[in-house]
Amino acid sequence: MAKKNMEATASDGSRAISKFHISDVIIIAVLVILCSTCVIPFWHLLVKSISSDMAVMMKEVFFWPKEITFSAYSKVFSDRSMVRSMIYSVVVTLIFTALGMIVCTCAAYPLSKKRLKGKGFFTFVLMVPMYFTAGMIPSFILMFNLNLIDSMWVLILPLIYSPYNMLVMKTYFQSTIPDSLEESAFLDGATNLQILRKIVLPLSKPIVATLSLFYAVGRWNAYADHMYYIRSDTKRMIQYKLYLLVQGAEASISASLGDTGGATNVTTPEVLQAACIMFVSVPIIIVYPFLQKYFVKGAMVGAVKG
Amino acid sequence: MAKSNGAKPGVRTKTTWGNALKRDWQLYLLLLLPVALVAVFNYAAYPGLRMAFMDYKPIKGFAGSEWVGMEVFKKIFQDTDFIRALRNSIIFNLLDLLVGFPMPIILALMLNELRFMRFKKVTQTILYLPHFLSWAIIGSVAYTMFRPATGLVNTLLMNAGVISEGIPFMNEKWHWAVTYLLVGVWQGMGWGTILYLAAITSINGELYEACIIDGANKWQKMWHVTLPGIRGTIVTLLIMNLGRVMGSNLERLTAFDNTQVRDFQYQLAIYIYQKGMGAGKYSEGTAVGLFQSLIGVVLVLLSDKIAKALGEEGLL
Repeated sequence: MAKKNMEATASDGSRAISKFHISDVIIIAVLVILCSTCVIPFWHLLVKSISSDMAVMMKEVFFWPKEITFSAYSKVFSDRSMVRSMIYSVVVTLIFTALGMIVCTCAAYPLSKKRLKGKGFFTFVLMVPMYFTAGMIPSFILMFNLNLIDSMWVLILPLIYSPYNMLVMKTYFQSTIPDSLEESAFLDGATNLQILRKIVLPLSKPIVATLSLFYAVGRWNAYADHMYYIRSDTKRMIQYKLYLLVQGAEASISASLGDTGGATNVTTPEVLQAACIMFVSVPIIIVYPFLQKYFVKGAMVGAVKG
Repeated sequence: MAKSNGAKPGVRTKTTWGNALKRDWQLYLLLLLPVALVAVFNYAAYPGLRMAFMDYKPIKGFAGSEWVGMEVFKKIFQDTDFIRALRNSIIFNLLDLLVGFPMPIILALMLNELRFMRFKKVTQTILYLPHFLSWAIIGSVAYTMFRPATGLVNTLLMNAGVISEGIPFMNEKWHWAVTYLLVGVWQGMGWGTILYLAAITSINGELYEACIIDGANKWQKMWHVTLPGIRGTIVTLLIMNLGRVMGSNLERLTAFDNTQVRDFQYQLAIYIYQKGMGAGKYSEGTAVGLFQSLIGVVLVLLSDKIAKALGEEGLL
């Protein structure tokens, strides 16, 4: 009997619930606190975004909305440039992800073949950019010479080849797709491309899903390239617009009276700002829980070195 | 390089390029696209590094600008702004490592002890979330929470009577340093647990059994089995992170920007952006970027050597 108990302990780490240790309480308490640091800020923003300007200015809004109004959201949605930028961001992200996956497959599949002659050379050529970059200024000059400054493509083309994603995909191909499968197809007269399309890709759906997400989230969240390459408002993705909005508000607070006068002198009223932050965050917060498992899978494959 | 890869011993004999091309021309065709992309967008930028050794004037171009040898490097090392940016970058990266590195390990150990699977799942989902938010969002959320007069934290503390005046979490450089670091830890801690949790699952269950038979308690099990079991992962990740000590994240820094904290916030990415781009000092910006890249490469190679010397899997 005792032995049985022990085995249960070892296999799934669960002990009889009756033994509720003090350490369990501490662990749960710590985790709950940490989780609340992730949830509370967004809850607070959500509540703020649907409260009235007045209530927020009087600092009466904490965890429950006061004088509920959606006027901030209607302002955000009636602001053509915000909505336009959101659509633009989605379009750029989709193009980026689709092209990125094509390029990634084109690099990863050949390099996953042990027999490929010149594999070492191509791997070297394709991995160097991961470790040595020319830096921002030479890249800027290059984009300038390529006539890509202030175009949508400057947000897409330079980044669609990702050495890291390529490594993840290559590792997946090598570790999960049996050589024998491809060899038999080869003997049946299938060409390399047919094998890739008909055998390898259908077997690689999980990694395709994962890497698409890596690409999409990477593009969706990044905006440093905007600071260098993008000038006109219509070419800005939504994250950068949010950055400018909040920084603009911050600069005006810092400049006027060192932030003692409350919210009155903020260029973007707090409620509107909260609505904007929610507007930009919600897409990720909503889709993320459903896609989480794919991310985790990708991170694990990536850890196994190619 | 190509020679040794052509054949599997005992399976095929060495292939000539003619045979390889005949058999795998489609594969080479596929490779053409990524190779063209890196050629145009990565390798084509390397010649621009010449600017670091020139007195580059955009109007004159490469042809008209003067070569100055190591003058630019001499100049930047006498530039107090650069020294400040370098110092801040290194200090903040090391502090990031110091406070940020242990957190995922502790968190993974805690999650591993949890017996309620549902609670564990929800906790993980919530803790991973910050990793998927942009720095623009994180920065603006931080400002909403920490503004001296209107931030949630200060308002609550003031209402509770704990403080009479708002704490300048984001508006005074020492406070800012703490906020900046802690928000960094917060952003990365959940996601950082994944590799440790994976390593923990791969620990042999018999070790725990043996431990229990020997009468070990929870802490002893953790200390004598779990931690040694993930030692390899810890070492590898630590070394990998040490390799990034020269890095500098423009998005994170600008998201936490305001005029009162420039003393600390001024790091290499900001230097390159403001001096190199903003003030048009292309040569200086390039030189600093090159310096950063070269140190980065050296650190990666070094990390790889150290990892291998310690008997762990290398990075390259």
